[in-house]
Amino acid sequence: MKPWKQRLILWGMAVLLAVGWLWMPAGADSARAEEPYKVGAVFSVTGGASFLGEPEKKTAEMIVEEINKNGGVDGHPLELILYDDETEPSKANLHVKRLIKRDKVPVIIGPTTSGNSLAVVSIAEQSKVPLISCAASYKIVTPVEERHWVFKVAGSDSHVVGRLYEYMKAKGISKVGIMTSSTGFGASGREELQRLAPEYSMELVADETYGPKETDLTAQLTRIREAKPDAIVNWSVGPTQILAVKNWRDLGMGDIPLFQSHGFGSRKNLELAGEAAEGVMLALAKVNVGPLLADDDPQKKVIMEYTGAYEERYKEPISSFGGHAWDSLHLAVAALDAVGPDPAKIRDFLENTKGFVGQHGVFNFSAEDHNGLSKDDLAMVVVKDGDWALAE
Amino acid sequence: MSPADRRLFFLAVLFLAVFPQAVSSFDAVSHYVDIMVFVGIYSLVTLGLCMLMGYAGQISLAQAAFFGVGAYSSGILTVHLGWNPWAAMVAGAVVAALLAWAVGIPALRLKGHYLAMATLGFGVIVHIVFKEEGEWTGGPSGLVGIPPLTAGGWELYREIHWYYLVWGTVLVALLFCFHVIRSRVGRALMAIHEEEKAAEAMGVPTARYKVQVFVLSGVFAAVAGSFYCHYVGFLDPNSFDLMWSIRFVLMVMVGGMQSLWGALLGTALLIFAGNEWLHVFAEYEILIYGAILLGVVLFLPSGLVSLFSTHRFSRKSPGRAREPAPEE
Amino acid sequence: MGARCRRDALPGLVPCAAARALGNVHGALPLGTSRASGVFTGVPPEEARRGGLKLEAAFLQYTFSGLTIGAIYALVALGYNIIYNVTEVINFAQGEFVMLGGLFAVFFAGSLGFPLWLGFPAAVAVVALVGLAMERFVLRNARNATVLSFIIITIAFSILLKGTAMFAWGKDPYTLPAFTSGKPFFVGGAAIQPQALWVLGIGGLVVAGLSLFFHRSMYGKAMLACADNPAAARMMGIPVKRMVLLSFVLSAAIGAVAGGVITPISLMEYDRGALLGLKGFGAAVLGGLGQFPGALVAGLFLGLTESFCAGYLSSGYKDAVALILLLMALFFKPEGLFGSREAASLKRF
Repeated sequence: MKPWKQRLILWGMAVLLAVGWLWMPAGADSARAEEPYKVGAVFSVTGGASFLGEPEKKTAEMIVEEINKNGGVDGHPLELILYDDETEPSKANLHVKRLIKRDKVPVIIGPTTSGNSLAVVSIAEQSKVPLISCAASYKIVTPVEERHWVFKVAGSDSHVVGRLYEYMKAKGISKVGIMTSSTGFGASGREELQRLAPEYSMELVADETYGPKETDLTAQLTRIREAKPDAIVNWSVGPTQILAVKNWRDLGMGDIPLFQSHGFGSRKNLELAGEAAEGVMLALAKVNVGPLLADDDPQKKVIMEYTGAYEERYKEPISSFGGHAWDSLHLAVAALDAVGPDPAKIRDFLENTKGFVGQHGVFNFSAEDHNGLSKDDLAMVVVKDGDWALAE
Repeated sequence: MSPADRRLFFLAVLFLAVFPQAVSSFDAVSHYVDIMVFVGIYSLVTLGLCMLMGYAGQISLAQAAFFGVGAYSSGILTVHLGWNPWAAMVAGAVVAALLAWAVGIPALRLKGHYLAMATLGFGVIVHIVFKEEGEWTGGPSGLVGIPPLTAGGWELYREIHWYYLVWGTVLVALLFCFHVIRSRVGRALMAIHEEEKAAEAMGVPTARYKVQVFVLSGVFAAVAGSFYCHYVGFLDPNSFDLMWSIRFVLMVMVGGMQSLWGALLGTALLIFAGNEWLHVFAEYEILIYGAILLGVVLFLPSGLVSLFSTHRFSRKSPGRAREPAPEE
Repeated sequence: MGARCRRDALPGLVPCAAARALGNVHGALPLGTSRASGVFTGVPPEEARRGGLKLEAAFLQYTFSGLTIGAIYALVALGYNIIYNVTEVINFAQGEFVMLGGLFAVFFAGSLGFPLWLGFPAAVAVVALVGLAMERFVLRNARNATVLSFIIITIAFSILLKGTAMFAWGKDPYTLPAFTSGKPFFVGGAAIQPQALWVLGIGGLVVAGLSLFFHRSMYGKAMLACADNPAAARMMGIPVKRMVLLSFVLSAAIGAVAGGVITPISLMEYDRGALLGLKGFGAAVLGGLGQFPGALVAGLFLGLTESFCAGYLSSGYKDAVALILLLMALFFKPEGLFGSREAASLKRF
């Protein structure tokens, strides 16, 4: 190749790399009057879990702006150092290490997904920096002896399933057919659906799985129908949860009640599913149904504030997953406000937090419970006239 | 090894030895050691792939699957059956070798697009197995609780120890590859790459050698997978999908598949760029990768190493077909 | 029989009495029942008879869904064949044409508000242009590339298309209204959506159109000549370059048609292309690369096999079915069901 072409390519690459390097979030080298309080964040803004990570990022940034406008945390400006792990465990691993070693943050929020959270718990434990995960898997905070430094703010799938089963049992349902997608989300749901069934006297008469890119769920639904269940539970996110609703309606199975996972809890899904979703039920965190809550519900105020601010700023409806970022960031800020940027003190503060009113529930942490939520933080919701309504 | 390679090898050893000390004094780059551990792990994979693509002239879109076979073998054997991690690593390599052999024999009879598709299909099937066999692999939720590597009762978890372990292995692998290239097998491979029919006519057992290199690439990837498994401590099946196989091909091509140094260079560049220098562009990662791949194949088919030297290890460059297509 | 009429088994057209009658016909003994003693080793007779009726319905259901998705695979396979016939290149980006067809249809009919009969062809036209751009600006520059390079080029292009789609449409799934609105109707207990008929119908039209094109029109026959022997075709004055361009345009258009027609049923998102492309390729190889009737038969066969696998075996491994068939074909009969071994061995690779 001609020499000038070679030089052009090398220069082009050098420029690109330089741009990327300079654009990186700065470390703690800018001198400020008041030392900023730093919070590290690792979210899956891109990649397979971006539908979770993007609202989380937006929420976090919105909160930081608001806090800084009101004078910061205890007089110190709040600095959020956010990295995108692209839903890739090795990247989550590296970003958490960078936050601890280079950016020297006293507390980290995220990661977004259970997988990535599990990939970094050992780093938090070894480096002794508190980590507040926004992911659901119970394995993130159990066994508690090995999770001294790790907390999570998302309700476990066991809570959601427990709430569903509790409701079903009250309605006299005993035979359930389940269909789950073969993703981390679906598999976790399936595990809980199987595990908790005996506790609520549920019999699983069908157990179907499908890929996340599945284009047709009639086979699975037909098989479920043959097993004659009293109710069907579908556990997936992405287009398949819409497909499940559509196929269920098209196959004329509307007389068998359909329950969805909490992944269904967004306005966009209701739009996409259209009329077919009428009557579908699910257990949702209260952040999704703010306007429907009773006025004396302790969460109503913070939920309405958050939803209002988010919708005004970003011109799109909230996603319940953004609520996890709200919860984790406000917990971190509360800790910073109380004890300053000391990782060990922050950890102790978090572990002893009780009655913290968040988007996803009222948190009561303890040495044995680094999640702080229960199934009673969830509301049973039904789709009525294309919108949410509280189920009776 | 040629004198040029010998010089480069000593330079590499020197650089690797000094690197951790150099960067740990600066906070801003002290975590580069961690990145280098990943670069080392992936370099093992790309070294094997480079042997396959650059020297034997075969394409494989299944390296992520072999990487996963090593990772999950290590994971499953240590978590569910309590095996010693080193024994599990060996077992993983053996499984990968057997798989590569079983698939390689029919697949390497194919050429060009057929081979690419066969390896692609195989890779995706393995990925599906990782996701479906939840009993063993933990399914899509992943495999947790993987114990760290131990050496004589002492746990390996500090980055610097991993750095030396992984890069030590890479250097050994590099020496092995150079040895193979200079040996009779290597010369036979280059003959196959140049003109397979002629090599066959000369009595070179082309099928056997191609399968051997395929197995070699599979074993390298599996060992790398075992390292990954114990280093990250958690396995997500999506780390072993088609996109990763494509990334490995990209690393080899960007560096230059004609040269083993090219594989190392390409891997280091892409991992650092992806994690460190260009991660602000993470949104556009897919786009950038596609553009780079396209650009490299169209404009720089011999990869970046060709910019540094005109020294080629094989007369046949990937950019030129045997005869140019006739003019219209 | 005394079986209850199950409303969900045969709603709609078939009256209950007929259901019962059918039940009696299917009341043939279930497996493992000994008529003499009435002792059964398998399913209780009542269950079985009701199950027997259900078995029919389920079987029909799987068949219909299998045929529907099979039509899509067939269309994708046709796209591969067209390009392959003229250039001997496998276009790894074929699946992305399908994805783009669906998403552009959503763009025209949804965002821009065109009526569907305008939006759908507009989408097809735009994607055809993408195919043209791919050939003209990318592949033509790689004229002297090796097979390996071609493979990587088309892979790279597919990644680029996917990335651009993600950039333009985001990661959300999108839907289109069905071409004709209406509830699904039931045949023998199986539900058929009207859109499925559109898929089959339009697929059939495309196939018919293609055969007419290849066997009656000058351009079509010229393209077939290029496939048989490009050197001879050139010597006969056929502009091979233009044929190559046409093959990409046609392939892209067909892919887009498939995408547009399947979106109302199963939605579309930016990363649907890879798996569809892979399965379509499986169908193409199974039927014999370059063989049009083979692509059709293989595509439908693949769809049915997948559907039955999901229905009767394991729904999780459904995607693996296509790939296993592909590998079997590649390993044992690379020329496919309809191809000939000599012709296959004469191909460039």
